[in-house]
Amino acid sequence: MTVGFVMLCHTSLDRASQVARHWAARNCPVVIHVDYRVKRKAYDSLVKSLADLPNIRFSGRHACEWGTWGIVAATQEASTIMLRDFPAVRHVYLASGSCLPLRPADELLAYLAERPRTDFIESVTTEDVGWTIGGLDVERFTLRFPFSWRKHRRLFDGYVRLQRRLHFRRRIPAGIVPHLGSQWWCLTRQTLSAILENPERAEIDRYFRRVWIPDESYFQTMVRQVSANVESRSLTLSKFDFQGKPHIFYDDHLQLLRRSDCFVARKIWPHADRLYKTFLSRDDSTQTLAEPNPGKIDRLFAKAVERRTKGRPGLYMQSRHPNENWENGRTAAPYSVFAGFADLFENFEIWLGKATGTRVHGHLFAEDRVQFAGGEKTYNGALCDSATMRDYNPTSFLTNLIWNTRGERQCFQFGPADNQSLRSFIAGDPNAQISVISGAWAIPLFHANSNFGEIRKEAARLQKIEAEFLNTLRSPWVKARVRSWTLAEFVENPMEPLQTIVDEISPRAMRRLTEAPHLADLTGFGQFLQNLRNQGMQPVLMGDFPTGNDPRPSTSRRGRPYLVK
Amino acid sequence: MIPRLKDNSADERARVGVFSRYVMRLARKRWRIRAFRKRRELRPVIDRVNLIAPDHILLFSTLRNERVRLPYFLRYYRSLGVNQFLIVDNDSTDGSREYLAAQPDVSLWTSKHSYKRARFGVDWLNWLQMKYAHGHWALVVDPDEFFVYPFCDTRPLRALTDWLDASSIKSFSAMLLDMYPKGPFDVTPYQEGQDPFEIAPYFDSGNYVIQRNRKFGNLWIQGGPRMRMFFQDLPERAPALNKIPLVKWDRDYAYVSSTHMLLPRGLNQVYDEWGGEKASGCLLHAKFLDTFAHKAEEEMERRQHYANSHEYRAYRAGISTQPDLWCKWSEKYINWRQLEILGLMSKGNWA
Repeated sequence: MTVGFVMLCHTSLDRASQVARHWAARNCPVVIHVDYRVKRKAYDSLVKSLADLPNIRFSGRHACEWGTWGIVAATQEASTIMLRDFPAVRHVYLASGSCLPLRPADELLAYLAERPRTDFIESVTTEDVGWTIGGLDVERFTLRFPFSWRKHRRLFDGYVRLQRRLHFRRRIPAGIVPHLGSQWWCLTRQTLSAILENPERAEIDRYFRRVWIPDESYFQTMVRQVSANVESRSLTLSKFDFQGKPHIFYDDHLQLLRRSDCFVARKIWPHADRLYKTFLSRDDSTQTLAEPNPGKIDRLFAKAVERRTKGRPGLYMQSRHPNENWENGRTAAPYSVFAGFADLFENFEIWLGKATGTRVHGHLFAEDRVQFAGGEKTYNGALCDSATMRDYNPTSFLTNLIWNTRGERQCFQFGPADNQSLRSFIAGDPNAQISVISGAWAIPLFHANSNFGEIRKEAARLQKIEAEFLNTLRSPWVKARVRSWTLAEFVENPMEPLQTIVDEISPRAMRRLTEAPHLADLTGFGQFLQNLRNQGMQPVLMGDFPTGNDPRPSTSRRGRPYLVK
Repeated sequence: MIPRLKDNSADERARVGVFSRYVMRLARKRWRIRAFRKRRELRPVIDRVNLIAPDHILLFSTLRNERVRLPYFLRYYRSLGVNQFLIVDNDSTDGSREYLAAQPDVSLWTSKHSYKRARFGVDWLNWLQMKYAHGHWALVVDPDEFFVYPFCDTRPLRALTDWLDASSIKSFSAMLLDMYPKGPFDVTPYQEGQDPFEIAPYFDSGNYVIQRNRKFGNLWIQGGPRMRMFFQDLPERAPALNKIPLVKWDRDYAYVSSTHMLLPRGLNQVYDEWGGEKASGCLLHAKFLDTFAHKAEEEMERRQHYANSHEYRAYRAGISTQPDLWCKWSEKYINWRQLEILGLMSKGNWA
């Protein structure tokens, strides 16, 4: 008993000839079908190159345009010859000219000898298929497809739409339950002959002639009627990418292919000399009947498809530049924005870095220069601290920073005196954690050594900017994690909000804050605000600060923060 | 939400108006006519175009006085699998012409005319491509640009072009990545035949800024050490780094400005707009070697470079104070996989 190979070829005939010779020399008969559109000269030289082998046949040539009946007709004819001319064949294996055997023929024979009645053919009902491209699954069987998908895509699509609108449906012949699956199968003589000798074959063929991509459905459907033992998987390793075209194997896949334990792989790059040389000279049958295990290759290709369709979140580069809201992540990693904290607390950046173990920058968007952590002149990825360059494209600056430092959480200070152009970008970014103490910008002004008239003007300007910022943060489209307090609220009880923020930044640490950051001196701040009011300005963002008295009622509680677990 | 799964430009074309399409068509015709006129400026030195077979991969280049770089340049691209080189020599005086003419796979033209008025060589190459590259994969690079693409260490260029063909992709993007040495440029002189990245192995990994050019549909990328060092105060003048050097050429195509962008515009769609990554490569730019200072001087004299040689003026100002492009965040080049991980290029769905 042996296995016979039906090979469908249309390009790189020299490789097909090599593979056919490999099988034929190992006592596996081969029937070759060559696409009608291949030039006569190339065909003749293929025939000539295999003339010395008695167990190779060539079948009548059909034009095999992708998605049309020709491929099925070719398969039928070649299979008929196989069954007729080689009575020793028990399984017929359908392969293509760009297939490559990965395991010695003996191992395949032994594997099939253990399963003499099994048909290996992927066959899935249309309801359960998830892989069809273009949304055509059951409609492959119920619509008509007179136009070439390759050459007249618009007509093809238009005619499909028209039929859908008119609710046109072809009748599926009685007894046929549409199944789909990989084109590459391995069927037993009994099953295959039952399909080919079906008394109703003429009628069934007439129906399938007009089905879309019949090579993925004809045998897959018919096998369900005649076979008692369908193993719904293909013995050929063949992976498809997101466009529905097969992935190609190259020399550098050698180890992967070797370890996959699959019998045949498709599709091999014709110039992959090392693959052809290695696998076609491999006869060291280990006689281990290992099951094919394409898991690793599956993962590799699944990853490739994911990279092509989803990409790496937060990456902007020459071949990935998503439209707004299609980014699949505006930035690469979570980060925190603090507004007002560095004004209210002395050395807040150092304290935060210690408490959370993250990288804490100063005002990255300060007017004069980028305040990287530690006063660095350049930063990860050779980002530069020049404000001009940052402001040339602030979005690129931030996304670059977050991308370059992925793996280490970034925190930075933000305030109304900074460049505001990224406000809505950050607010709409689910990776951002924004904490605002509104009105805290008044503290440096309070400590500033300048004329009150200037202070008043500056305060009015900053208040206006911050009010706009807070408005942005209240918009319905905001995706960032936003928390905001007025200065008065925060000063009353600083530890609880700090604990919440720190816990969110490093959730697993669950540390109690033992050391609180040092509050700036607010003695006389209430009076300062009152002075602003007296000068005609209306400071509102700080909340209700008692005039006159020093607003530090709860700072005595630092050290034992209150925390509800 | 249906992600756009096609690599063709049909949707793109539907989006832009009929009028702007017509304007672009006229622009393309204009560049092609210009290239046709400029053909007279080229004088053939040696013509081996009869050796070009239908499936050959062609390389096009313009150069001037690059003799010392040529041996490695030719070796590098031959080993990738480029079959024929078509080169325009702009009046070299250092023996570049004689060296190239002696190579068995080089067809050479020479011109004494203005490089600038041939739009920095684009017109000359457009003409040669129109004439010889129709139906071929054509790679257009300068002698100091070295093409790196996914799997370039294990798969020849033909594997890439075959895959692009099978995926119906017509153009392939490769961003210019400026490479530099540590310390002043002239510490280690470049020897003929040497891999320039032994001397200049460093690059900036993550300071590139990207804008979309709505008119031509391409991305405009700037950044890297040149922007960081020479254009801090004038970032908008920093040189463009986006390049599309590898195209399945058709005689109707035309490069518009260097290899930064092409017409028709569909060819500039080398990036995905719906979150995915298309496959892309890099052009490692070996500009900052000891030869650079000399070149900058010469180019200043000739005033044959872009934007009144603003770029070279900025360099010269920088060079006189011995610039060191290296900083502690500079990355040392290892291989293409490193560039992939850093996000400078992508495998796309090629696996």
